[in-house]
Amino acid sequence: MQARLLLEDGTLFTGKSFGAEGEFTGEVVFNTGVTGYQEVVSDPSYYGQIVTMTYPLIGNYGISRDDFESLVPSIHGLVVRRYEPIPSNWRAQYSLGELLKEHGIPGISDIDTRMLTRKIRQNGTMKGIITTSAKSVEELKAMMDTVCVQELHNQVASTSTTHLYHNPGMKERIVLVDFGAKNGILRQLNQRGCDVVIVPHDTTAEEIRRLNPDGIQLSNGPGDPKDVPHAVKMIAELLGEFPIFGICLGHQLLSLACGADTEKLKFGHRGGNHPVKELATGRCYITSQNHGYAVKESSIAGTELEITHINNNDKTIEGVRHKKYPAFSVQYHPEASPGPQDNNYLFDQFLEMIREHKQNNPQKSRQAEMMAAAKGEL
Amino acid sequence: MPINKDLKKILVIGSGPIVIGQAAEFDYAGTQACQALKEEGVEVVLINSNPATIMTDTNMADKVYIEPITLDFVTQIIRQERPDGLLPTLGGQTGLNMAVELARAGVLERENVKLLGTQLTSIEKAEDRDLFRELMRELDQPVPESTIITTVEEALRFADEIGYPVIVRPAYTLGGTGGGICATEAELKETVASGIRYSPIGQCLIEKSIAGMKEIEYEVMRDANDNCIVVCNMENFDPVGVHTGDSIVLAPSQTLSDREYQMLRSASLKIIRALNIEGGCNVQFALDPQSFQYYVIEVNPRVSRSSALASKATGYPIAKMAAKIALGYTLDEIVNPVTGQTYACFEPTLDYIVSKIPRWPFDKFVHANRKLGTQMKATGEVMAIGRTFEESIHKAVRSLEIGTHRLYLKGTESLSQETLEQRLVQADDERLFLIAEAFRRGYKLQQIQDLTKIDWWFLDKIERLVQFEAKIASEPALTYETLYEAKRLGFTDRAIAELRAAGQPGGTHLTEESVTHFRKEHNLRPVYKMVDTCAAEFEASTPYYYSTYETENEVVQSEKEKIVVLGSGPIRIGQGIEFDYSTVHAVWAIQKAGYEAVIINNNPETVSTDFNTSDRLYFEPLFFEDVMNVIEEEKPVGVIVQFGGQTAINLAAPLQAAGVRIIGTSLESIDEAEDRKKFEALLSRLQIAQPKGSTVTSVDEAVGTAQSLGYPVLVRPSYVLGGRAMEIVYSDQELLKYMEEAVNINPQHPVLIDRYMLGKEVEVDAICDGETVLIPGIMEHIERAGVHSGDSIAVYPPQHVSDELKNKIADITIKIARELKTVGLVNIQFVIYNNEVYVIEVNPRSSRTVPFLSKVTNIPMANVATQCILGTKLKDLGYTDGLWPEADYVSVKVPVFSFAKLRRVEPTLGPEMKSTGEVMGRDPQYAKALYKGLVGAGMRIPATGAIIATVADKDKEEAVEILRGFSRLGYKIMATGGTAAALQAANIHVTTVNKLSEGSPNILDMIRNGEAHFVINTLTKGKEPERDGFRIRREAVENGVVCMTSLDTVRALLDMLESINFSSQAMPVL
Repeated sequence: MQARLLLEDGTLFTGKSFGAEGEFTGEVVFNTGVTGYQEVVSDPSYYGQIVTMTYPLIGNYGISRDDFESLVPSIHGLVVRRYEPIPSNWRAQYSLGELLKEHGIPGISDIDTRMLTRKIRQNGTMKGIITTSAKSVEELKAMMDTVCVQELHNQVASTSTTHLYHNPGMKERIVLVDFGAKNGILRQLNQRGCDVVIVPHDTTAEEIRRLNPDGIQLSNGPGDPKDVPHAVKMIAELLGEFPIFGICLGHQLLSLACGADTEKLKFGHRGGNHPVKELATGRCYITSQNHGYAVKESSIAGTELEITHINNNDKTIEGVRHKKYPAFSVQYHPEASPGPQDNNYLFDQFLEMIREHKQNNPQKSRQAEMMAAAKGEL
Repeated sequence: MPINKDLKKILVIGSGPIVIGQAAEFDYAGTQACQALKEEGVEVVLINSNPATIMTDTNMADKVYIEPITLDFVTQIIRQERPDGLLPTLGGQTGLNMAVELARAGVLERENVKLLGTQLTSIEKAEDRDLFRELMRELDQPVPESTIITTVEEALRFADEIGYPVIVRPAYTLGGTGGGICATEAELKETVASGIRYSPIGQCLIEKSIAGMKEIEYEVMRDANDNCIVVCNMENFDPVGVHTGDSIVLAPSQTLSDREYQMLRSASLKIIRALNIEGGCNVQFALDPQSFQYYVIEVNPRVSRSSALASKATGYPIAKMAAKIALGYTLDEIVNPVTGQTYACFEPTLDYIVSKIPRWPFDKFVHANRKLGTQMKATGEVMAIGRTFEESIHKAVRSLEIGTHRLYLKGTESLSQETLEQRLVQADDERLFLIAEAFRRGYKLQQIQDLTKIDWWFLDKIERLVQFEAKIASEPALTYETLYEAKRLGFTDRAIAELRAAGQPGGTHLTEESVTHFRKEHNLRPVYKMVDTCAAEFEASTPYYYSTYETENEVVQSEKEKIVVLGSGPIRIGQGIEFDYSTVHAVWAIQKAGYEAVIINNNPETVSTDFNTSDRLYFEPLFFEDVMNVIEEEKPVGVIVQFGGQTAINLAAPLQAAGVRIIGTSLESIDEAEDRKKFEALLSRLQIAQPKGSTVTSVDEAVGTAQSLGYPVLVRPSYVLGGRAMEIVYSDQELLKYMEEAVNINPQHPVLIDRYMLGKEVEVDAICDGETVLIPGIMEHIERAGVHSGDSIAVYPPQHVSDELKNKIADITIKIARELKTVGLVNIQFVIYNNEVYVIEVNPRSSRTVPFLSKVTNIPMANVATQCILGTKLKDLGYTDGLWPEADYVSVKVPVFSFAKLRRVEPTLGPEMKSTGEVMGRDPQYAKALYKGLVGAGMRIPATGAIIATVADKDKEEAVEILRGFSRLGYKIMATGGTAAALQAANIHVTTVNKLSEGSPNILDMIRNGEAHFVINTLTKGKEPERDGFRIRREAVENGVVCMTSLDTVRALLDMLESINFSSQAMPVL
């Protein structure tokens, strides 16, 4: 079946459909990873986006039950040069096309994806619409304009969990604030034995306190951090009280909570090959990234934040740390999936920070207090 | 970290001659490294024995030594030059082994030379099997069950324990020399025995076979600050069991999910960190197709063939970065030269599929065992880039120049089912085509998977291509939709026409021209995409392109006039690195003349396909359609074909017919030199003598002609390259046998018969601007006519040619070059017989000897020739007609062979070329130059030792006199019956050894036991391998004993030994 992709600037690509039928709008971005399409498709941070894979052959190894970053994919479309319908891998359970159809996501193949990528690089991220219908370009343009605006500011709410749930472990209690969290973060915390409570994006500081966490993990998520002001407030309130580790959107929210500002990048960073320099050591790490916004460098001055990591290519901020409080965050994805595993160590650093914080702030036992309260002696 | 200021002078070791397993990729790596070091203001001293390299051009390093890469010579250079550091990791296994030798001999410490890139302990850990396994255990990296053995008995015991099949890997050898997979005890015995001999430390690894698993490679880099990146990963089409150098390889991997990719990536980084490598490293894995289980197969702690491929596949210049890292830079400081704005510390990402297919020498060595295993056999490789697997593999297939341009090989349809299945199981060079054939016969994918163990993904692609072929063939009229799809899958217009002609004899578009016309009517043309390391994420300015059928064309045209230079494709016997050398020089000359130089080539190993070499690089097949597409895109003012060997010459006629302007010697002149009849007419017009001969079209005619010319005669099919299928025959019987086996004679395929003149061969390369003819030098061949010029030892200036003859040769050269209206280079081969000069062959193009002669005469011949092609006159460059004054130094070019790697190949020198590479020896004295040449070529020359001789009756008289000389020098002479008798009769002390039929210990045992340093064996008759002589020669080759099959070589060796050694003679009695 034929499919078309219309861009905001009027460029029309005609290819073949390999996903769901109908019309879908979104922000058109590109990802440069060679492997990892399943993780990309199911990464909630791509909510509302039409993702172009720059690697031309997509679908080669199918879909495996183990590689989901969320069970319900939330991208708004997948654009590839060549869709490979017959996967070959021992873990493959079904094909990428089947997954997209099941979840109503369109896929378009057989277009010049390199041309599309170059367009995005030159003009910046654009809105787009994929259709399998015969609608006219004018009709499609009109749809793109109306649908996109409504969707764009409500992304975190659409991907976050709506109620709290528990993923038990034997070690540190971590509250993971879900702004559209990837399973990878949970996997890393699980691997380290953490007792994780996942909470919705609009959980208040008080609700989090009630969970008595050892540390707070701020997850990744889609869209503009400024669309989530309630989270900024929550973080500002808890800052200093609990160790905090932010990833991606979580990093931007922590920065906003500390008084810094964020901005939109021309076409963002999406892929598994971005070099990040750790300023303290001069070491360079290859990181997995997926973000369209970044913390503004000029806004750091006057806050209590210090820059710990920068992108070695465009020098944008990749990591910050609070000068007084136990809080740090990175713009990239230490949980990988997909991408290099070189930065998993940051989760160890987080746990180390929690241990240190505990040592310095021994928790008072509530036993005597509770006993006294019960006996009315207070 | 900034540059280490203590490193002011660095010694770089090259990789020496081209042999199987170590080819042009190290010229590419070495050239990049030298340039990178010089850029940083470091003084570079280079040693490499191979003159046919760009890296040994005197402008590549501050001091260039073309000397043997042996402990003695390198030590002497170190003493002379006193370098601060030694960079051995860019010279292949040769460089690395030399570094180990220098370190072990204490030279580095004594002379205070720092080893750069990889430390000795790391080299040992990666190369010594035991240390390697220990390291893997420490790192928790799985390796297959294995043991180290030094005797055959140990090997048998271990194999009994773990079960067959097992793999034998000799320690410290390149290209897996002497190794193999063994399924039986007998096979194991044989392989281990040879493996122990080949390993310089007499050690082999016996390993449980993991054949059938996926083979995956990672190219990794690390700097002193412990920053690590993966440049590229690659997946082999052929599962574990076939040497990676003999495997079809795809980049990036196709069937790995992100989890598998990252698992192996993390393992690679762990390994390079543990080895503390500062530079590049290659890690090979076997991955179970049904689980996450993997094994580390091998680690190369240096730049390798795979890194050259990875560099070309991604655009990321690994060797250059490795050199900068060796100086102390870290990856995050080095700018990515492709984008100019990002840094080298990132991982390239591809938005295309790269295919590599090896090029094997089996077209030359028809008797060779073409089965593929753990010992590499390919001489070269091609690479292709496409946006689909199908497009990529199709391009690679037609780059091979093996007479096909799609997944079809003539003759495969007549194979029996049994043979077909056997050959699917046991891989050989044609397996890709056999898989396609099996699908054509209706085999199911699962059946083929069971036989080949190749991943379904690849097999499915081939099956669908075969199905698509059927679709093209079955359409009553070719539709645009089918054509469009076919082009996107990489089918050529010629393939489409062929398929249609076969399927629809009365249908449409049955010729290539009509398909092309139809395609152009619909404006269906390829676009060109850029290789930019980053999948278009950043703007790049690298002029490195490949074609595909899509929407956007990225080529930005410039105002400047352009010249296209056609490269020479994959390295094969007869067309080696020498042609790439000339191509690169031509490009430089074009640029200097103010044009833009455009290269079309498909060999990933070479300097010509470094995107820095030309203004635009098109990584494309040297196939008419692909070349025409580039020409239509670039609209050059001219196309140069004379530097790309026969590959480019063969394209001249179709290109000119399509209206392309060929510059340099005209097509008519090329034809005049190559067409037998026209050439004969030319020579007789000029009254130049040539060996008598004629063209025959039937067996009867052949016998009649041979008889009238008188035996021996030289026979060969018309119009072939490099003496292919050429033989000297001595009788009617031999002639008939040749006619039956080697050629399929008929009026369309005539055979040439020439009188064979047993004289001295001489070779000339000349440059002509159409008027003036400059002859930089004459080369004398040590081996007499009958030995292919590429396999002869060549000496410049000639040592045994009179001035009168030299002048005669010069006169003839001038006459021929002028008559052919040569513009550019011309190569002429002569034979001197009874003081008369005969012309054997004229090649109106760049030849194999151009780099050698350029270096020894100091005339940059390819450069000067290019200037002539562009219109400059030799007179304006200060050159005059005739022979250039001879140099003071004597230079000797010695061929190097790879017989040890090719089982069942006849090592005797003959009219068919067999050498894979060359070295140069240079000295004021001829004898010393020859010594250096022979030593550089790998010959061990003891001051005294033992010789085993067994020569044909016709050679006995001559041999006796030569052996007398060796005897006088104190060599022990051993000989078989007839030869021994002749020696005894001449009063030479000789020990008689048993022939093969005379029981043990016989001559083979003596060779095997290392009791002889040289074997002299001349060919009797016949070519069947079962003959004794053949077994003797093979035994010598496989045991690393020098085997000489031409008495001329022996005499040269004797002359040399006589002048550098003393002999003793009693006082004459009065």
